[in-house]
Amino acid sequence: MTFEILETAIAKFGHAMLESEEGITEKRRVETNPNKNMARWPIGSSTLQSTAIHPKFIFLPSNVPPVHPSTVLAMSGARNLSAALRRVRVSRPRIALRPALPRTPFATVRSFSVSSPVRADKEIKYTSDAYPNVQRNPNFAELTADDVTYFKELLGSESAVIDGVTSDATDDIEPFNSDWMRKYRGHTRLVLKPKTTEEVSQVLKYCNEKKLAVVPQGGNTGLVGGSIPVFDEIVVNTSRMNNIRSFDQASGVLVADAGVILEVADLYLAERDHLFPLDLGAKGSCHIGGNVSTNAGGLRLLRYGSLHGSVLGLEAVLPDGTIVDALSTLRKNNTGYDLKQLFIGSEGTIGLITGVSIQCPPRPKAVNVAYFGLESFEQVQRAYLEAKGQLSEILSAFELMDGRSQRLVQDSTGTKQPIEGEYPFYCLIETSGSNAEHDMAKLESFLENVMGEGIVADGVLAQDETQFQALWRWREGITEALSHLGGTYKYDVSIPLSELYQLVEDCKQRLTEKGFVGDDDSFPVRAVVGYGHMGDSNLHLNVAVRKYDKEVEKAIEPWVYEWIQKRQGSISAEHGLGIAKREYIGYSQNDTMVKLMKQLKNLYDPNGIMNPYKYI
Amino acid sequence: MSKALRILVPVKRVIDYAIKPRINKASTGVETTGVKHSMNPFDELSVEEAVRLRQRGEESKSPMKVENILALSAGGPKTPDVLRTAMAMGADRAFHIDVPEADGSPEPLTVAKMLRGVVEKENINLVLLGKQAIDGDQGQTGQMLAGLLGWPQATQASKVEIKDEAGTVEVTHEVDGGVETLRAKLPMVITTDLRLNEPRYASLPNIMKAKKKPLEKKTLADFGVEDTRRLKTVKVTEPPPRKGGGKVEDVDGLVSKLKELGAL
Repeated sequence: MTFEILETAIAKFGHAMLESEEGITEKRRVETNPNKNMARWPIGSSTLQSTAIHPKFIFLPSNVPPVHPSTVLAMSGARNLSAALRRVRVSRPRIALRPALPRTPFATVRSFSVSSPVRADKEIKYTSDAYPNVQRNPNFAELTADDVTYFKELLGSESAVIDGVTSDATDDIEPFNSDWMRKYRGHTRLVLKPKTTEEVSQVLKYCNEKKLAVVPQGGNTGLVGGSIPVFDEIVVNTSRMNNIRSFDQASGVLVADAGVILEVADLYLAERDHLFPLDLGAKGSCHIGGNVSTNAGGLRLLRYGSLHGSVLGLEAVLPDGTIVDALSTLRKNNTGYDLKQLFIGSEGTIGLITGVSIQCPPRPKAVNVAYFGLESFEQVQRAYLEAKGQLSEILSAFELMDGRSQRLVQDSTGTKQPIEGEYPFYCLIETSGSNAEHDMAKLESFLENVMGEGIVADGVLAQDETQFQALWRWREGITEALSHLGGTYKYDVSIPLSELYQLVEDCKQRLTEKGFVGDDDSFPVRAVVGYGHMGDSNLHLNVAVRKYDKEVEKAIEPWVYEWIQKRQGSISAEHGLGIAKREYIGYSQNDTMVKLMKQLKNLYDPNGIMNPYKYI
Repeated sequence: MSKALRILVPVKRVIDYAIKPRINKASTGVETTGVKHSMNPFDELSVEEAVRLRQRGEESKSPMKVENILALSAGGPKTPDVLRTAMAMGADRAFHIDVPEADGSPEPLTVAKMLRGVVEKENINLVLLGKQAIDGDQGQTGQMLAGLLGWPQATQASKVEIKDEAGTVEVTHEVDGGVETLRAKLPMVITTDLRLNEPRYASLPNIMKAKKKPLEKKTLADFGVEDTRRLKTVKVTEPPPRKGGGKVEDVDGLVSKLKELGAL
């Protein structure tokens, strides 16, 4: 009987994938739902790994290899449930409870899931075909066997070079050539994984001299194709630069290599009672260097601010090999231009970040989560104002999810919604502080107030860690739910708060009028949903489609950008420009600004070898 | 036998299931100060089941209505937290049995005797309790209580069904390789297991209502029980740490490592 839980669990979430603003995490937490009949895998010679079972969750310890149907974890009897429960109470704070592996190709992962393997077998279209107006820059040299020999000698170790130039390494290179959304695909034939800043310097110097184009790549979890080559650019991957260099308990400053995985950094800090000031769904795969170079926002920006504030220093390599040592650990340093800011959010176009020094806050001791249903967007805004006013310094997240997005999560996970009845809007509020009683007193008076005033129609408050994580899943699981449906056109925009949701309504109306939206397969669009970081005026408009369709795309773009421009919003709040938004920068930046940016780019990268065809 | 259920749901405040327990410095137990506590997950199931029995009774899907659900917990000054949670989920009232925190949890036999006292004083006819608490993992209280009361017991329930007005109860529980269905007559003791249900969230309106529900403070002496201890914890230690795996640079590295370990 115990088998059933495990099978169900694996069938449901065995390899669930999670997004957030930055990309993907393989979730290794699996949820049980004994009431649902799911497909079964045969249990034969199963291997037993330690597994924790709980009324709501099964946790697979992060050191267990990815669960495969043929190695279903099995237990010998019902009584072992509780034994197992006790044996491995795997756990860490919620944010840490998303252990993940370095990225595996999407197709492999997909095949584990029982839910609609929509895109499992389809080849990803080459970016160069999807963007026919982008032509390979003829000034760039073609890779030769000599170049490869040089890199092999330079980097020494065999694992540091994946060579598709002199040998056939298609399968090995493919993960570096495509993204997890299966939207972008390049033609690179060479992947380099330097281990030190010095090696990066040598690599870039050589490439600059030979005019070989380069794409810096971290965990490859971006959403705009910034880390994927378009043509044959060399991929310089930071995964082997993964040392934590230092941490100062007194100041909370962490210095680490660019290739340290965000979650690894956060776990390291957790042991020292500190917190990485950035959290996002892709934390199990993304590299902190990539986070900084894309200026990732994430779930806690409301509380801990942007990386422009928390990053104290950087180490980067310019295309000519110059090592920029701005790895300051000082909070205050008013000596000259703050050049590190140029690299934050520059998406690898003027240099490659190799090290980061970042201010980390103490880890909150008390965290609470509430989930609300609300009747209108006006009420959501009122709730947000009340939350800011009454919870102020302990408020750490205020997330908005519309009713449609929550229904999608429900349909894909089969979990019962926390609140009975349907509401057009839902919010998730998180508080973090240092004193549980103090926080709870504040939160309770806030809750009483918003309930009493009728701002919030219904709501729940997590009573334990498990519920806490379960509630967060309703926000974080949206992209996973969408990915089960087929393709998604994603727009990540900043809009003044009062009109934040209007974009979703208008977009839905527009697509409905054009006859694109419908419940059966004859309509290309399945749903138009909106969710996002209310606290940052940042909306994610997602159009879930049955398959990517040029007509639908034309109906959305550039209409959506014009809509945003009218309201002085940003067409890319936290995802960046990459290749996806490159040509739309004009909607959010004026000509002068773009000109200044191009000047900077030319100054630091005169040959234009760094991440070409993207950004500006 | 009266026609309504008067249910007792004992709950325990334990270190949150999702928190990694650490051994205290003196190696005498698990560190509890400054650690998040919440309701024992098995007890959540009992509370949920009691509330569902009431709902089924009200919707006439069950032949017996629920007259009262009493939540009870023994422990220190923070114990009322879990009792409020139980009442927010649907319990009608709660007893907080004051046991000084410094003493640790009473032993199962003491708890069972205390519960017997409560059952007798409050005229309880069904006790729903978690099959074990995840801190002590003793899993004895329910069985001892049934023994003390001389009541039938059904352990590790995965399904509870009231069959008729006379109080016939059918309980399904999982055994190796299948399920076993037991039938007994009230009054009885049922312990709950993971499959029984999926506990609800405490909704905001119910959390507020729970604040107004009666919570009485009592002592062991009120039920004629003394907190005697027969067991002494000699030492608590961590299990030996799992040896971490190593990483090899490439295939050659893997092969030589395997050779080194004698696997090839």
